[in-house]
Amino acid sequence: MASSGINVIFEGSNLLRLLNGLLVTARIALVSVLISGVLGIVLGIVMTSKWKAVRSVCRVYLEAVRIIPILVWLFIFYFTLNLELGGEVVSIMVFSLWGTAEMGDIVRGAVGSLPKHQRESGAALGLTNVQIYRYVIIPQTVRRLLPAAINLATRMIKTTSLVVLIGVVEVLKVGQQIIERSILEVPTASFWIYGFIFLLYFAVCYPVSLLSKRLERKWQS
Amino acid sequence: MEKDILLEIKQLHKSYDDRTVLDGIDLQVHKGEVVVILGPSGCGKSTLLRCINGLEPIQSGEISLDGQSISSAGTQWHLVRQKIGMVFQSYDLFPHITILENILLGPLKVQKRSREEARRQAETLLERIGLLDRKNAYPRQLSGGQKQRVAIVRALCMNPEVMLFDEVTAALDPEMVREVLDVMLGLAKQGMTMVIVTHEMGFARAVADKVVFIDEGKIVEESNAELFFTDPKTDRAKQFLNIFNFDEEKG
Repeated sequence: MASSGINVIFEGSNLLRLLNGLLVTARIALVSVLISGVLGIVLGIVMTSKWKAVRSVCRVYLEAVRIIPILVWLFIFYFTLNLELGGEVVSIMVFSLWGTAEMGDIVRGAVGSLPKHQRESGAALGLTNVQIYRYVIIPQTVRRLLPAAINLATRMIKTTSLVVLIGVVEVLKVGQQIIERSILEVPTASFWIYGFIFLLYFAVCYPVSLLSKRLERKWQS
Repeated sequence: MEKDILLEIKQLHKSYDDRTVLDGIDLQVHKGEVVVILGPSGCGKSTLLRCINGLEPIQSGEISLDGQSISSAGTQWHLVRQKIGMVFQSYDLFPHITILENILLGPLKVQKRSREEARRQAETLLERIGLLDRKNAYPRQLSGGQKQRVAIVRALCMNPEVMLFDEVTAALDPEMVREVLDVMLGLAKQGMTMVIVTHEMGFARAVADKVVFIDEGKIVEESNAELFFTDPKTDRAKQFLNIFNFDEEKG
C-alpha cells in the first residue's frame, strides 16, 4: 500500500523543521507579548493623564496602529525603513508596536472603570501616587483586564503568521516548503501539513486560555 | 479650661469653576473634641472635610494642623494624611486584599512600621470591633456595616491625630447603622479628636461636643451640642431641625 499522506509529517527532518518553525513563531509572539504587556500598562496609565495633549498623542498612536493593517506596518518597517535588522527583529518591533497600543487601550479602560473612591481612600491613608498605583490600582486593574489581555495575546500568536511575507521562516513557511516539495508524490500533503500546523497553534494557544480561566476563577473566589 | 487647638481653619474659600461651595469658613477643633457638622444636602459639609485632608484644592484661606499650615502650595500631603484619618461614605476597602492586609497597607508602606508590631495593633483594634475572626476574609465577604467598621479601624491603625467621618452611615442598611455609630461613640469616649459629617440627628446629639451648622457654604450657627438641639438661635437651624422632628407634626 502506498504511503498514507500522514507520513509526510514525519519524513526526513520534516517534523524537526516544523517544530523549529514553531519555535520562531513562539519566540516572536512571546517576546512581543511580554514587551506589549509592560509597555501597554505604562501607556494605559499615561492615557488616563489629566493633560489633554498627552491623551491626544496616545490616541493618534492607537488609531494609527489600528487603522493601518499589520501587514502594511511590517512592509513599512522592513522595506521602507530598511533597518537591516533581519525579519525576526523587525517582526518583534511591529508586533510590540501593535500589542502596546492595544494593551494600552485595554489598560486605560480597566483603570477608568475603577471607582474613584479607591484612589481617594489610598490617598487618605497617606500613600504616594506611585504607591497608589502599585498597591491599589494596578493589582485590581490586572484582574479586570485579564480576559481581554489573554484574548490579545492569542490574537498576536496567530497573527505572527504574517511575518512570512517579510521573509521570516516560521512554522507556516516551513509547512509551505514541505508541501511544495512533496506535493507530486503525496497529493494530500497540504491537508496533513496544514492540519498538523492547526494542532500546533492549538497546542500553543489553548494552555494560554486555560491559564486565564484558572486565574479568573482563583481571583473570583 | 481651654485645650490646645489641633485643627484650625481660617477664611476657607472653595469653588468649582464659578460656583462657590465654601465661602469663608472659620473653624477651630480642639484636642479631644468631637465636632459634628450638620447642614442640608449640598451645603458643602463633605467638601469641607475633603479640603481638610487635601482631596480638594482650595482657592483661599488657611488650614493648619498642630499649628503648622497644611494649605500652602508645597504641602507634603502624604505626610499630613498620616495624621488625619478619613472614613468615606462608600467604605472603600481594597477588594483584592484581605481585611488584615487592608489595615496593614498604610502602617507598612506609608509609615514603614514593622509587620509584627503593626499586626498586633491591627488585631487589637479588630478585636475591639468584634471582627478579629474575619481578619483573613476578603471585603466582599463582609456586610456593609462590617466593612465600614473595618474602614474605621484601617484609618485608626495609622494612629491619626484627628479622624474625619464623611457620612459614614449614609450608604448602610438601617439595621447596620447602629454598630458603626457605636464604634464612633467608643472612640469619642477614648478622647479621639473627630470631625463628623452626619445626618443621624440622635447620634449627633449624643456624640458631639460642638455642632457646626452650615448652609450655602457658610457657617450659620456654631454652638455647644446640647444648646444647638434644644435652643437653636437662627431660624435656618430651627427650620432644619424641624425636618427631623416628626412628633410635633402629629401632635
